[in-house]
Amino acid sequence: MRVSYYPGCSLEGTAKEYDESTRAVCQALEIELAELEGWNCCGATSAHCTDDFLSLALPARNLSIAERKGLDLVVPCAACYQRLKVAEKKLAQNPLPDFSYEGKIKVKNLIDFYSQEELLEKLSRGVKKPLAGLRVACYYGCLLVRPPKVTDAVNYEDPQNMDELMNLVGAESVNWCYKTDCCGGSLLLSRPDIVIRLIQRILDAALEAGAECVVTCCPMCQSNLDIRQRELSKETGRDYNVPIFHFTELLGLALGSPGITRWLNRHLVSPRELLGAKGLL
Amino acid sequence: MKSELSTEEVSSLEPRAASISPDFSFLREVGEASGEKVSLCYQCRKCSSGCPVSFAMDYLPDVTLRMVQFGLRDRVLSSATIWICASCQTCTTRCPNEIDIAGVMDTLRQMALASGFETRAAPEVRDIPKFHMAFLDSIRAGGRVHEAGMVVRYMLKTNPRAKLKSGALLEQAKFGWQMFRHGKVKILPYRIRQTGEIKKLFKKSGR
Repeated sequence: MRVSYYPGCSLEGTAKEYDESTRAVCQALEIELAELEGWNCCGATSAHCTDDFLSLALPARNLSIAERKGLDLVVPCAACYQRLKVAEKKLAQNPLPDFSYEGKIKVKNLIDFYSQEELLEKLSRGVKKPLAGLRVACYYGCLLVRPPKVTDAVNYEDPQNMDELMNLVGAESVNWCYKTDCCGGSLLLSRPDIVIRLIQRILDAALEAGAECVVTCCPMCQSNLDIRQRELSKETGRDYNVPIFHFTELLGLALGSPGITRWLNRHLVSPRELLGAKGLL
Repeated sequence: MKSELSTEEVSSLEPRAASISPDFSFLREVGEASGEKVSLCYQCRKCSSGCPVSFAMDYLPDVTLRMVQFGLRDRVLSSATIWICASCQTCTTRCPNEIDIAGVMDTLRQMALASGFETRAAPEVRDIPKFHMAFLDSIRAGGRVHEAGMVVRYMLKTNPRAKLKSGALLEQAKFGWQMFRHGKVKILPYRIRQTGEIKKLFKKSGR
């Protein structure tokens, strides 16, 4: 299977391990990722907050490159996914003269992509190290699912497909209420005080539901929840030490990908103790 | 309601027609720019109930829409609310009248920027538009956001001298070092070959 791949800017920096684990899992599932040549930033929140044209033109350029290639476009970052979907929907009604895009290819987020039957079967057959006894809270965040008119998500208040992937590789996903609550990603630098309150809500809810770690599908959610925990602990006087995974890291671990040690080294809250205790490292 | 009210209390409840004179031109402008019918809002407050950042806003989302309906342009465009909105799309998803409220917030932010209102907002939100500008500058320079460079751009835009004095800059540096130690910082930016195409888009835009 061959698809186009749009990593997005975070996966070249703070979320390098999301890129590496995505590639490792795809390799194990015999998926060939063809990275879009000369892709550019999707514009993210900063473009749509400040300029309508840029918020459309930046993702449109990527869609147009992908269409020339003729392969469906797979996107691991939930935020990039949403911006590309917004552009896809808007261009279908009002094409931009700057780029040709006729909607001949599909834009897919990585979770939906892995959730097709053929790949689920391969994934299930490929498990070398079942994540038995690992209780995970699947955190989808905002932009993978909202708004459903844009993302085409069916279960946008209580999504299930990451839970299904985790259960398929042997982990135990918990039921909880903050699956799609916002972590404040776009305010990470400008209002860390707000971000701290939001991640506290999310982490408290995950812990209360009995989870030992949180699994994400967005590089902003992962880094927000991971890197601000030290500050949160300092502020609350409570010791938060909750490992935050990219969902591909756990899939990679279950599939026996050798990159796992390198990926885990990039976490600020180290998952080693937890995974070691479960006999998974 | 209490049964016994003083004369002052009664008069305070009387409608004061003179204090509100709706100006529908703002409502029309917002409608045209966003493509949304803000007049459909009947204040059910579903947006404000589900908003994860309402605690940091000066006006709740439904109040903001009401203010747009009444034409309170200056108060809306200089509010903290429009910058605090994290674009999480919860309001847009749940609005029973299908108003794209997060989209309306985009329009209000753009209108505020176009007329310099962001400098009149409460001091605690003034760094937020500067973050967006630093982010866009980074895209303009190389086609992709270079995170480390973007953070430096942002720091330079947001009163670095005061932050040095208050110790905030040192905190930020310590934080950056943590990130670096864990291999999360990409030192050199990557510029796409077609940066010219990106620059052209910026030129065509308002930014």
